[in-house]
Amino acid sequence: MLLFKTKGKKKEQGKLNIPEGLWIKCPSCSEIIYKKELERNLEVCPKCDYHFRLKADRRIEVIFDEGSFQKLFEDIIALDLLNFSDTKKYKDRLKEDNEKTGLSDAVVSGEGKIYGIRVASSIFDFNFMGGSMGRVVGEKIAKTFEYAISNKLPVIIFSSSGGARMQEGIYSLMQMAKTVALVSEFNKMGIPYISVLTDPTTGGVSASFATLGDIIIAEPRALIGFAGPRVIEKTIHQSLPEGFQRSEYLLEHGMIDMIAERKDLKDILKNLLILIRQ
Amino acid sequence: MAVHSLEFERPIIELEQKIEELKAFNLGGFANVADEIENLEAKKEKLIKDVFKNINNWQITQLSRHPLRPYTLDYIGLMTENFIELHGDRLFMDDKAVVGGFCFIKGDGGKLNGGQKVLIIGHQKGRNTKDKMCRNFGMPNPEGYRKAQRLFKLAEKYFIPIVTLIDTPGAYPGLGAEERGQSEAIARTIYTLLNIKVPVLSIVIGEGGSGGALAFGTGNLVLMMEYSVYSVISPEGCASILYKDVSKTEDAANSLKLTARELSESNVIDGIIPEPLGGAHRNAPLAAEALRRAIIKNLEELKKYSGETLRDERIKKFRNIAK
Repeated sequence: MLLFKTKGKKKEQGKLNIPEGLWIKCPSCSEIIYKKELERNLEVCPKCDYHFRLKADRRIEVIFDEGSFQKLFEDIIALDLLNFSDTKKYKDRLKEDNEKTGLSDAVVSGEGKIYGIRVASSIFDFNFMGGSMGRVVGEKIAKTFEYAISNKLPVIIFSSSGGARMQEGIYSLMQMAKTVALVSEFNKMGIPYISVLTDPTTGGVSASFATLGDIIIAEPRALIGFAGPRVIEKTIHQSLPEGFQRSEYLLEHGMIDMIAERKDLKDILKNLLILIRQ
Repeated sequence: MAVHSLEFERPIIELEQKIEELKAFNLGGFANVADEIENLEAKKEKLIKDVFKNINNWQITQLSRHPLRPYTLDYIGLMTENFIELHGDRLFMDDKAVVGGFCFIKGDGGKLNGGQKVLIIGHQKGRNTKDKMCRNFGMPNPEGYRKAQRLFKLAEKYFIPIVTLIDTPGAYPGLGAEERGQSEAIARTIYTLLNIKVPVLSIVIGEGGSGGALAFGTGNLVLMMEYSVYSVISPEGCASILYKDVSKTEDAANSLKLTARELSESNVIDGIIPEPLGGAHRNAPLAAEALRRAIIKNLEELKKYSGETLRDERIKKFRNIAK
């Protein structure tokens, strides 16, 4: 008994006195970072350059001119088409994530400006059901392209998704076909579609519109692939090479055009838009 | 035979064995057991009907993967003439999990006359261990999808309709597949097939597994064989990921609504091709005949439209799913 008590006390004494929420630990290098500093650094670890996943609203702040982003298609909300229930009801999962994130689904769409250049854009938020693509995400991506076609705007999509949303069954699979259909309609316009892959972009999202960009840019060290690394390991019964399915690996294998640090991304997008838009 | 049967098929197989034994006994002509055989045959038919009347989603999933179920090349052998298989993606290698080529679908009465020239392409599974390995269990690598893209474009060049046969657990989750751009290969195949300016008919003949299936699934019309399935994830995968419990596979199969009947009721697919009593594997020629008829009939309809219209309608169809 005594032994345990002493141990407990020691632990208590050794604990750093960190006020809740002011500091954050880098998942990559374990550095304890002051949150304000991380924010100033665009959610990139100042020590190891790890790019934290961005909430959609934060991505909008980082990329678009201040106050220029107008959200669109916010009225599209998820339907539980299969009346799906696993350990939890799909309806309850949606409600929970809605309360947690303040978002209606895993993507925010709209029009914004990058150094004054108008673009149509969709931004994934991984915090909402792992950024998974169901009917709402598919529709919003499709409508982003349709809006861009009507207004002759370039499209930039920032992906961060585990793939198709299983709770919507076949309907989630069909969103792959839907979004690809719109990429092909958009391609008739001769206007750029830039796909930005952020951590992680996998499954049904990477196997549809995300890998069909005219230009594909990835953030550093983002996980990008079709199957998840654990599934692959289980299938081939061998461990995967260092850096497998990371942005740098994809660049090496010719699957993406470039890797952009978050601090440079806005300028790169601007320069590309100036060079390739009509 | 017994090794290749599903749990719920056992009573049928047992009865079948009894009939076989009786027939063998009768060969000697020592006894008159013809009446008994006839009796048992009738009993068997009733038994199959009873078993299949209450068949559940998980059982249908098992049927869709039945080891004796006809595969793409079986159907090609049964319902086409002059099939010439074309190989390779011209980029890396020939993926044997995907087969494709030009052929004639036989006309009514097995005649070439009234038949239909098509590009047929499908996933191919293997029958024995060696064959299964060679076909990679019907799971394509990027090369399979890129071969398909190449052949789709050839069919478009000659204005020959395309028939895709879908039968895959999914795209192969392998190291090389990722290295060579599995995601892009699937995305580009969907893109290519959506834009092809000839009639495209997609038919799920067995397992319609996720993105690997969808890559061949964007036809002007999408049909399913009666005991095939089409889903974003396998019931096992769904049970393990969402239910965190592999014993919930049956529940997952129900939740996913992956059967031809359910998908037809919700208008995700355009029609069901009936299978012989007890499933396609019990009478492959009959299953192939049903498939052949469906192809001829539906292509007859699609051929009325111009290439441009077919392309535009296909794009519209998939744009508007669950809008």
